Amino acid sequence: MTTRVGVEVSIAVADAVKMCNAEVIAAYPITPQTHIVEHLAELVANGELDAEYIPVESEHSAMSACLGSAASGARTFTATSSQGLALMNEVLPVASGMRLPIIMAVANRALSAPLSIWADHSDMMSVRDTGWIQIIVENGQQAVDNIICAFRIAEDRRVLLPVMVHLDGFNLTHVIEPIILPEQSEVNAFLPTNKYPLPLNPDKPVAMGGFAPPVIYTEAKWAQEVCIRDSKEVILACWDEFGKVFGRQYHPVEKYHSDGAKVILLTMGSISETASVAIDEMRADDENVGQVRLRLWRPFPFEELRQAVKDAEIVIVLDRAISLGGPGGPVASEVKAALYNQARRLKVVAFVGALGGRDITVAGFKNMIKKGIEIARTGSKNEYEIYGVRE
Amino acid sequence: MEKYAVYVPRLVQKKEKFAPGHRACIGCGEALAIRLAFKALDNNIIVANATGCAEIFASQLPATSWHLPWIHTLFENTAAVASGVEAAYKVMRRKGRLVPENTKVVAIAGDGGTSDIGLQALSGALERGHDFTYICFDNEAYQNTGNQRSSATPFGAATTTSPLGKKSIGQFSWKKNMPEIAVAHNIPYVATACHSYPFDLMDKVAKAVATKGPAYVHILSVCPTGWRSATDTVIRLGRLAVETGVFPLYEVENGKYKMSLNLPKLRPVKDYLKQQGRFRHLSDDVIQKIQDRVEIEYQKLLEKANYGSKTTKRKSRAGAGKVPA
Amino acid sequence: MAKPESEMTWRDMEIGNIVTEPGSARQYESGTWRSQRPTYDFKKCIKCGICQLFCPEGCIEQNKDGNFEANLFYCKGCGICARECWPRVIKMVEEEEK
Repeated sequence: MTTRVGVEVSIAVADAVKMCNAEVIAAYPITPQTHIVEHLAELVANGELDAEYIPVESEHSAMSACLGSAASGARTFTATSSQGLALMNEVLPVASGMRLPIIMAVANRALSAPLSIWADHSDMMSVRDTGWIQIIVENGQQAVDNIICAFRIAEDRRVLLPVMVHLDGFNLTHVIEPIILPEQSEVNAFLPTNKYPLPLNPDKPVAMGGFAPPVIYTEAKWAQEVCIRDSKEVILACWDEFGKVFGRQYHPVEKYHSDGAKVILLTMGSISETASVAIDEMRADDENVGQVRLRLWRPFPFEELRQAVKDAEIVIVLDRAISLGGPGGPVASEVKAALYNQARRLKVVAFVGALGGRDITVAGFKNMIKKGIEIARTGSKNEYEIYGVRE
Repeated sequence: MEKYAVYVPRLVQKKEKFAPGHRACIGCGEALAIRLAFKALDNNIIVANATGCAEIFASQLPATSWHLPWIHTLFENTAAVASGVEAAYKVMRRKGRLVPENTKVVAIAGDGGTSDIGLQALSGALERGHDFTYICFDNEAYQNTGNQRSSATPFGAATTTSPLGKKSIGQFSWKKNMPEIAVAHNIPYVATACHSYPFDLMDKVAKAVATKGPAYVHILSVCPTGWRSATDTVIRLGRLAVETGVFPLYEVENGKYKMSLNLPKLRPVKDYLKQQGRFRHLSDDVIQKIQDRVEIEYQKLLEKANYGSKTTKRKSRAGAGKVPA
Repeated sequence: MAKPESEMTWRDMEIGNIVTEPGSARQYESGTWRSQRPTYDFKKCIKCGICQLFCPEGCIEQNKDGNFEANLFYCKGCGICARECWPRVIKMVEEEEK
């Protein structure tokens, strides 16, 4: 019997990690992820979670300790944000290249400079190509559920890849939301024990991390690419199973009134919920608009995205990160790339906004959609539109 | 040394944990030091290796030279990776998962990966008190990438990034004292060793691994390629480094210093320096400067070893004088 | 690993490029590197094993007579054994051109 309780999302995420019986937690504190690692430290100190908590001296060492731990076959978790994710950047491709299952919660926060502790997606975008599976959530319930799924996906014998679960800093980490925490017995049944196939063990010695001369590097990378691409099947199957057991179904691309809509707004993260209200209000005024929310960022859900926008004429993308000197929004670039070769080419209008913790209101979204429709009609001399800057 | 000049197969285990067929340079002191270090241990070990000579020459895919479980990830994080392995084994054992008993974690790195880029991770791991051993194989420069200077390069040595020139005599700073840094972390065991004193090295490595908590061993590994000396002088140079006081052999157990070798008089450093191409350019005053500094450092060490033992005679390996009961 | 690297396909790669055969580097003939080789005068050999202790390759083995001899498949010809041998059993000679 599960009840819905009001709990701070960070605490709920830490509780989810506890329910998954994480065994090694190596973490370094950084705003706004601190409540997650603090609560985990409490749980370990009280004996509620039987794990080793390594209070490392930097995020680089946090991820490195996770490498050692995952390689030994222990269930491994860490959390970070922004500058910490940037500092770990060297280690992230090593985790995926060496096929080590590590779960990381990222509290999305803007990258310096200037220093900002508030939410945006620039940190997520800076680690796009590191080979990690990446899932984005919009509210606390999704965060809890996807942490549980992340452990199952990462440790699956067919996957064995590290997984990031992205949740917006402050907007999610520091708010109290109504969340249903699953029963421990249900989680135990859903999550098998971690059985890494070739762990570091003196009974069966293996050598991990050799160097690849040019003659085999390409083969090694291709093997990794095939693996992350094929992991989508496992992710979908996991979400289906989760839906059956816990009653909440997740999809790589979440559709909100997008079937049949001529104009679609594409968003990621917690700001999507505000955007949904704007969509509702516009639809009440008989506007043919819908919303698509990206949940699975890597591996990129090409088919599901194309299917979701097939009836649309205009896709308006809101990015919470900017690719400086480039095409503006990383998500918009990827959406454009996914749709480029389609027989009927849609208009994609790219907006960059809500950077560094700035909010966009319901009215703001309605404005954005109107402006997007206008730009789709008349064209624009800009590669993308910056939303909300005071000129 | 007590075990000198006795039948080697009876004293040292036959099994090579580090297989021949590795790609170390001809006459590599580091390869020798690794071979010896692991001969002192059993097979119940997990090795975490930093990027460097030892890692590269043993791990060209798809083969490996190691007979032990081994992980290499990056250059500066060996101590952090070792911390992760140690913590994982601790919790898995506690939860009753199938892992062998008493598995020891050994982290190995070069001087660059220890005293420069790896210092943070090492300091963190030592401070947290993980039960592991960290062995630094010191060949006194970034030898794997072609002899660039590190903070462990001795004063006056010519390397490619501290070259000899009109405005430079080579390395401009004194060698960073890594064993002292390890001692400052209050760990139970710190030792220095050299492959030219193989039984001493093996004893120290075995002791370090058997110590509960963090242990640090700093092994001088002669590099004929980088030091510009003949390939067969590797053992001799190690002996000279110790006998001139440039690289003293000692142990620090729970803060108590103990010299491993009783040297009533130090040989002049010139004997050591002149055999290496990297020091050939040094003028007499620079050599004198080095001589003075080596003597001061050695004296400091002797004083630390004698600290608090005014009533006890210094134990002497050479057997001179009575050792108290 | 039986296949040479140039013939390995991406499917042949182990997960995470993990090497599961310990000591597989033993296949590599590092002996091709040397320009000088050890020769022995075993009459003087006292079978102490110091050469075996100091060999960086670890390729010195006892032969059937108990004398220590370098395995020329791996020996790189560094000359450390010759230098450290007390009774001067070992002498390094130039590798002849074949």
